[in-house]
Amino acid sequence: MKDKKLKKVDLIFECDDCKPVEVLGKTLKRDQDEIILDIIDSGLKGRGGAGFPTGLKWKFTKNEDSAIKYVICNADEGEPGTFKDREILSRVPEKIFVGMTICGYAIGAKEGFLYLRGEYNFLLKDLNATLDKFNAQVKDLGLDFTISIKSGSGAYICGEESALFESMEGKRGEPRNKPPYPTVAGYNSKPTVINNVETLAYVTMICRLGAQQFKDMGTDDSRGSKVFSVSGDTPIAGIYELELGMTVQEFVDEFGDGDTKAVQVGGASGSCVPRKNFADTIIGFEGIPTGGSMMIFNSSRSMYNVLHDYLEFFAEESCGQCSPCRIGCQQLLKGIEAVKRKERNPQYLEDLKKLAATMKLASKCGLGQSVANPFTSIVDNFKEEIIY
Amino acid sequence: MTVKELVNELVEKHGTTHNSLMPVLQGVVQQERYLSEEAMLTIAEALDISAAEVYGTASFYTFLDTVPRGKNVIRVCKTISCHMQGKDEIIQALEDALKIKVGETTDNKRFTLLTANCLGWCHKGPVMLVNDEVYPELTPQKAVEIIQEYERNTK
Repeated sequence: MKDKKLKKVDLIFECDDCKPVEVLGKTLKRDQDEIILDIIDSGLKGRGGAGFPTGLKWKFTKNEDSAIKYVICNADEGEPGTFKDREILSRVPEKIFVGMTICGYAIGAKEGFLYLRGEYNFLLKDLNATLDKFNAQVKDLGLDFTISIKSGSGAYICGEESALFESMEGKRGEPRNKPPYPTVAGYNSKPTVINNVETLAYVTMICRLGAQQFKDMGTDDSRGSKVFSVSGDTPIAGIYELELGMTVQEFVDEFGDGDTKAVQVGGASGSCVPRKNFADTIIGFEGIPTGGSMMIFNSSRSMYNVLHDYLEFFAEESCGQCSPCRIGCQQLLKGIEAVKRKERNPQYLEDLKKLAATMKLASKCGLGQSVANPFTSIVDNFKEEIIY
Repeated sequence: MTVKELVNELVEKHGTTHNSLMPVLQGVVQQERYLSEEAMLTIAEALDISAAEVYGTASFYTFLDTVPRGKNVIRVCKTISCHMQGKDEIIQALEDALKIKVGETTDNKRFTLLTANCLGWCHKGPVMLVNDEVYPELTPQKAVEIIQEYERNTK
């Protein structure tokens, strides 16, 4: 494999000669199946974190026989450490709307919704103004497709796609059983494509540049580039679009403060990479995937505090529907507190790891299933910080 | 406007299907800062669903409060990046200035102080929301000044 260094890219925020609506006009002249094949061919995978191939989602939904279908943009960005969707929503909203409209055309949907987390309500005024103009432009292009915005109300779990549908239907944001998947029965039980903000913006750029240019970047498993949210102990916190396939070491060399001891890749639900693993951990679908959250910790930080923060977060944000997650999150939190206070011996951490493994197997949705990621990676690599 | 009138106006705008429930609840909180029993009963009647269902949905969401709140609701982000950037000092400064603890409302009902999970400003923490407005890159002094500004503008 050729030597890869960290490469900065500018597809998402680039706007010198970007006219998203022109891209839309051109794309609407193409055959639907051809567009979907292009998206599949580009290798684009969902940028929210789960990484399902975008083009396949579209294909499955197009193949469903239903008069009503929906396109939903998931703008319920709640993973600790990520803020890239907010930046995309405020700087290049048209690219998102164009991506949604291309999807609507390709799968045969007439309605699109952007589900915006309540914490971003301050964006509503500008987004709605852009949208009014945009919807009129789509009408002028002769396409029957309208986008509107739905607001969330402060629930991390609503970023889970089926919980998001429940919320839009006026219910508690409790994830559904799968299958059926959204492509078969999503919002209002109709076939639905639900894509992340960043994914939809990339769709617009792929339609503009062609699948090949996107595919040429990254690795076999992780095509293209990705927007990263960098925070924590770094002198240059912010948003960076980078080509996929770099190692954590390359990342730390660029963003660390010279004293980095760990990087949390993928937010609270992601995994903690300790210094000794920096060189051989790849950031991407072949290594540790991330929705973009990269939190850097230097040696002054207590990893106990970091894990405690994450567990408190999960205990609060668990929807409470299934017992492995509801009880598991609370017990993991109480457990490390008990070990810290010396009420439990260090061996108890092994029991807690078994509990985390059970949660991974038995929880209904991604929230409960992913608590084991930070828990096990932090406990295994920083055991002495948890105990003493 | 009474709560009944407000609910009716919102239902008029958003419709009477179950899908209208969230925007109606959000509309009431926007005006009243919380959902009173009267508001929830009125909504249940207008949408022809049970009051329990309205309460079930409302009580699920952090931003849909079912206990009285102040005219201005402050939410300080407490998640790790903001924690590392000094959210404790911000909360302390606000508690001192408002003379309340997190979770409480001032006697004059102008402010409620709460914490929130990640608000999506990790590179510019600490951060807080006051109602829908966002204030990143806070210092304790800046946070207090912002609150004083709200104090002046709240009748």
